[in-house]
Amino acid sequence: MSGLLRICTAGSVDDGKSTLIGRLLYDSRSVYEDQIRSVRAASRSRTAGPIDFSLFTDGLRAEREQGITIDVAYRYFATARRTFILADTPGHEQYTRNMATGASTADVAVLLVDARHGIREQTRRHARIARLLGISTFVVAINKMDLVDFDADVFAGIQGDLPDALDAARVQAIPISALDGDNVIVPSGRTPWYGGPALLPFLETTDAVRPAAAAPFRFPVQLVIRPDDTFRGYAGQIASGSVSVGDEVTAWPSGAKARIARIVTWDGDLAEAAAPMSVTLVLDGEIDVSRGDTLASGAPHVGRRFNAHVVWMDERPLQPGRPYVLKHGTRTVTASAAAPLALNEIDRLTITTGRPIVFEPYAENRATGSFILIDPATNFTAGAGMIVEALPDTGDAIVPGAAERLAAAARAAASDRAAIEAVRALLEEVLA
Amino acid sequence: MSSHLRALEADSIHIIREVAAEFARPVMLYSIGKDSSVLLRLAQKAFYPGPIPFPLLHIDTTYKFREMIEFRDRQAAAVGARLIVHTNLEAIADGTQPFAVGTQRCCALLKTKALLDALQAGGFDAAFGGARRDEERSRAKERVFSLRDPQGQWDPKRQRPELWRLLNSRLNPGESVRVFPLSNWTELDVWRYIDAERIPVVPLYFARERDVIVRGDSLIVPEQEFVPLLPGERPQRVVCRMRSLGCSPCTGAIRSTATTIPDIIEELLAVRQSERQLRIIDHDQDGSMEMKKREGYF
Repeated sequence: MSGLLRICTAGSVDDGKSTLIGRLLYDSRSVYEDQIRSVRAASRSRTAGPIDFSLFTDGLRAEREQGITIDVAYRYFATARRTFILADTPGHEQYTRNMATGASTADVAVLLVDARHGIREQTRRHARIARLLGISTFVVAINKMDLVDFDADVFAGIQGDLPDALDAARVQAIPISALDGDNVIVPSGRTPWYGGPALLPFLETTDAVRPAAAAPFRFPVQLVIRPDDTFRGYAGQIASGSVSVGDEVTAWPSGAKARIARIVTWDGDLAEAAAPMSVTLVLDGEIDVSRGDTLASGAPHVGRRFNAHVVWMDERPLQPGRPYVLKHGTRTVTASAAAPLALNEIDRLTITTGRPIVFEPYAENRATGSFILIDPATNFTAGAGMIVEALPDTGDAIVPGAAERLAAAARAAASDRAAIEAVRALLEEVLA
Repeated sequence: MSSHLRALEADSIHIIREVAAEFARPVMLYSIGKDSSVLLRLAQKAFYPGPIPFPLLHIDTTYKFREMIEFRDRQAAAVGARLIVHTNLEAIADGTQPFAVGTQRCCALLKTKALLDALQAGGFDAAFGGARRDEERSRAKERVFSLRDPQGQWDPKRQRPELWRLLNSRLNPGESVRVFPLSNWTELDVWRYIDAERIPVVPLYFARERDVIVRGDSLIVPEQEFVPLLPGERPQRVVCRMRSLGCSPCTGAIRSTATTIPDIIEELLAVRQSERQLRIIDHDQDGSMEMKKREGYF
């Protein structure tokens, strides 16, 4: 095993998540002595053992003052075997939104469980969100085993009560004490009844990384690079699959075909390229391609209606029928949903877009199956969606006409200024 | 190059291209250090064979190391990018320097205010910076697109969620973003990339004998006349190098014999102090970096 593993962690408040991460960083020698000294000084006023490991991770003053984690934080550590990016997601306030953010790029989720309390409602919810976001490898880290005298029956009881959402996932349950370090880096002598790996060796060797390069070729065009009359290239990051010089590709949504003439990079031309490389493609034919189009092999789905799991992240609820801005790959369109959704809710909704997008179910392709919804009045990233299945286009029954959409956008705005902005943005969209 | 570095490079180029496609007036903050050098190379790669489609901006406090300024002018010319240099001349004329007004106020005037003024003067709606999340604990909470209000200020409680590689570039009037393409890089990744790509860096990063004032753990290079000598202090010859570059009065050198990039990488693998330990401005109050960022600093 080698390369990069992306992890997200989740747990309820007080399950000891920050302590576990601090322990991983400390024991893998990924924090520095001056950082440890400042944490030692701050630990005196608090009650989390000799070193309060959570002080490594709680980066904001409000977090240190209140002893809670507010926002997703990213940690980086490496061992001789692997490099890790860890998204540390808070367990309480706005947890769904943060969990979804952390899980969106993760290969493995580590779910923290307090051995004294067992699986809680929130653990089940986190497991469900992580599954929806496409994670299939889980560590259930049963923490605070020191507080239940390293009792094998407690561990077995929790293992028998795992969330239903994990039924089809790969799950490794590990009994740990984050505070004392049992089964974190090396196997603990206090759990002789446990024959599995410690946490870090499991993460170092798991083959959870999903090869995006195995899916069909998808290339959302970011930019047209045209420094002079002799060169016209399409710059982008390969979302999935691979491409070689000579391959026939189709530009969507137009459906025009051309062959790859060159794969250009600053380091020289390539014969082939694969996800996740950023390259510039030159085509042999004069076809019309611009930002927001997708170059693809085979036949991806192109359409305006689909069902999707949507996570709502904004205090202003999702209003059915109201136009939102939907960003999918490099394409931005208007979209509306058929049903409402409140902050931190997740549901399966029907989405209709103003113009067609090139997509696949999220389960088949994370890059072409995901989108965000932006509130045009506040420009906040209000929702995140995972496409489940395409639906037949039904004309304009759900998306109202341009005038109705403009009026709806103006009505929905919180202030005159927001209304002007929303109408301006929609006009651009309508006239584009 | 390792697959891990290639993946980081591809994601960073993707971010740089998104900004060029979606913002009206981007600018790249160029602070001359190792992170800026990597950022500049990534920008060259992102638009090749075209030129970098935005200018570079250096906020010059006038207290940077002399070697940094020489290097800056050479690099900008070599890359063929337009370089804007901005200094808060009014504050300099008023005698602003860290020993006269304190480090917090000096930074607020010569860095934060100068930066905000320069961004406003240029009408820039997106400014790239080389900050990394592994540098400092408040930066670990930073987004790739860091939204700033019309005063350039950061509100950590009002950040937009960022999922997958989907970046929200929509702004309300007066708002702007700071963009951090190196968010997921570590200090070691930066040096390994510089090594693999043979990217030029300021010679201050390499060890040699230098005249320094030894003050506690800090080695201060007395380039500015206003750096006071405490009783019993006099400059000494010490073999040292800079691990992080900033203003010479506020950035200490480290004792080191690393004279090549592989030496630096080897040293980093063994070192037990963080990169910003000798950056005085990070330690002038609890949560210093967070406070400076809230005011509009990078």
